[in-house]
Amino acid sequence: MSIWEYANPRKFLQTSERVMPVLWVSSGLLMAVGLIWGFFFTPDDYRQGSTVKIIFLHVPAALMAINAWFMMLVASLIWVIRRHHVSALAAKAAAPVGIVMTLIALATGAIWGQPMWGTWWAWDPRLTSFLVLFLFYLGYIALWEAIDNPDTAADLTSILCLVGTVFAVLSRYAVNFWNQGLHQGASLSLDEKENVADAFSNPLYVCMIGFGLFFLAMVFYRTGTEIRARRIKALMARQRQEA
Amino acid sequence: MLPDLGKYSETVLSAYAASLLLLALLVVLTLWRGRRVRRDMDTLEQRMRRDG
Amino acid sequence: MRDLRLAVRAGGGFGLGLAFFLIVTVMVPFSVGPESDLLARIAPGVLWLGALLSCLLSLDRLLALDWEDGSLDLLATAPLPLEAVVSIKALAHWITTGLPLVLAAPVLGVLLNLPLEGFKWVVISLLLGTPALSVIGTFGAALTVGLKRGGLLLSLLVMPLYVPTLIFGAEAARRGAMGMVVETPLLMLAGISAGVIALMPFASAAVLRINLR
Repeated sequence: MSIWEYANPRKFLQTSERVMPVLWVSSGLLMAVGLIWGFFFTPDDYRQGSTVKIIFLHVPAALMAINAWFMMLVASLIWVIRRHHVSALAAKAAAPVGIVMTLIALATGAIWGQPMWGTWWAWDPRLTSFLVLFLFYLGYIALWEAIDNPDTAADLTSILCLVGTVFAVLSRYAVNFWNQGLHQGASLSLDEKENVADAFSNPLYVCMIGFGLFFLAMVFYRTGTEIRARRIKALMARQRQEA
Repeated sequence: MLPDLGKYSETVLSAYAASLLLLALLVVLTLWRGRRVRRDMDTLEQRMRRDG
Repeated sequence: MRDLRLAVRAGGGFGLGLAFFLIVTVMVPFSVGPESDLLARIAPGVLWLGALLSCLLSLDRLLALDWEDGSLDLLATAPLPLEAVVSIKALAHWITTGLPLVLAAPVLGVLLNLPLEGFKWVVISLLLGTPALSVIGTFGAALTVGLKRGGLLLSLLVMPLYVPTLIFGAEAARRGAMGMVVETPLLMLAGISAGVIALMPFASAAVLRINLR
């Protein structure tokens, strides 16, 4: 067995091999159960009709879109402070998952809003905030792709994540301020869990947990891929040096 | 088979279709790249063990 | 002394930024129609957006010159702390790009039928906000300094960071033009500028150190 340059990644891969099957199965199961339950076995809403069924996709996706960024933030901090390569690669791995969650939240939000608001897109503060989040994700991923040296890329993207978080939070307030005049009487509140009746909240929780486990499964798997890709680069660099 | 979605059937169905499509795309691309990288690394390591 | 002179080099965005600001302003009526009511309503926002884009344009040359001829390495080892260097760079960018835009805005406002009330508020909001654009932009320039074709990536990275400044700045200008109260957005804008000027240089310097390794 060839020598790994870093002990940490090896342990991570070993652990992840054991944990992956559990994550795949449990997330698949819970997502299926939650979505089927929500889609087939819940009543229509008084005001929103059957469109309320979109909540089982929209809310979990939106939650994970935010949580994914938060996880990237923590992982970036760990990289900056403790220089664990696995941490930096985990942040890199999580970003595409986060951006897809953001896209799902945006798509379902827009589709849901269409019959309610009469337009395909409305600059509702929450939707707009997710659009801005989408741009933050895009920039983060683009920066990783643009930089050759893995350590430099890890350093720069983690600083971008830290700085970006501050501005993302600021943007949230700015967008709320920007749109406070409009849609105040919006009949649709897209993620007000407190207004959701029990008949909806149970399958919703199942979906939320399912999406969360799905995120974990994806990040574990993708981090493994990143570790191996980095390993390949290192090996090829060593080959070139020896030649 | 499908519940009666009333006048919103297009809305609800397209929302579900779009979401499931995006999730499927993500999973497929992830697994595809994952398998390819894994294969490349195994090949590379085999070759290094042979030569080194 | 030479270090100071090097620090103040801003890559010459002066004329280009102004020209771009003018061009964008002229393009707007072509794209939305010449109706004066419409133009008057969107003028504050358009001026803000034009100023923002003009700032963006001159950013990728801000550090590129120094990177290419090695002056950045010199500056990094100079007795001046890197945080001060990036702050001076941002200031130089503001003086050569941001400030001229602020002064040009009223003139361009005439082209867009900016209401009389609006002139004052456009200038004040731009004056308060363009420093933030320069400082944030310097951070973006530092991130992409080594890259070929870094300009596009720079825009992608910096635009989301510009959102709060743009929103509060344009809102202040817009509300001022309509005679509404402007305290909140103006204060938020000032707060953002102050915070960013004080804190962002640390991030920019850290990024430069990484890129200079």
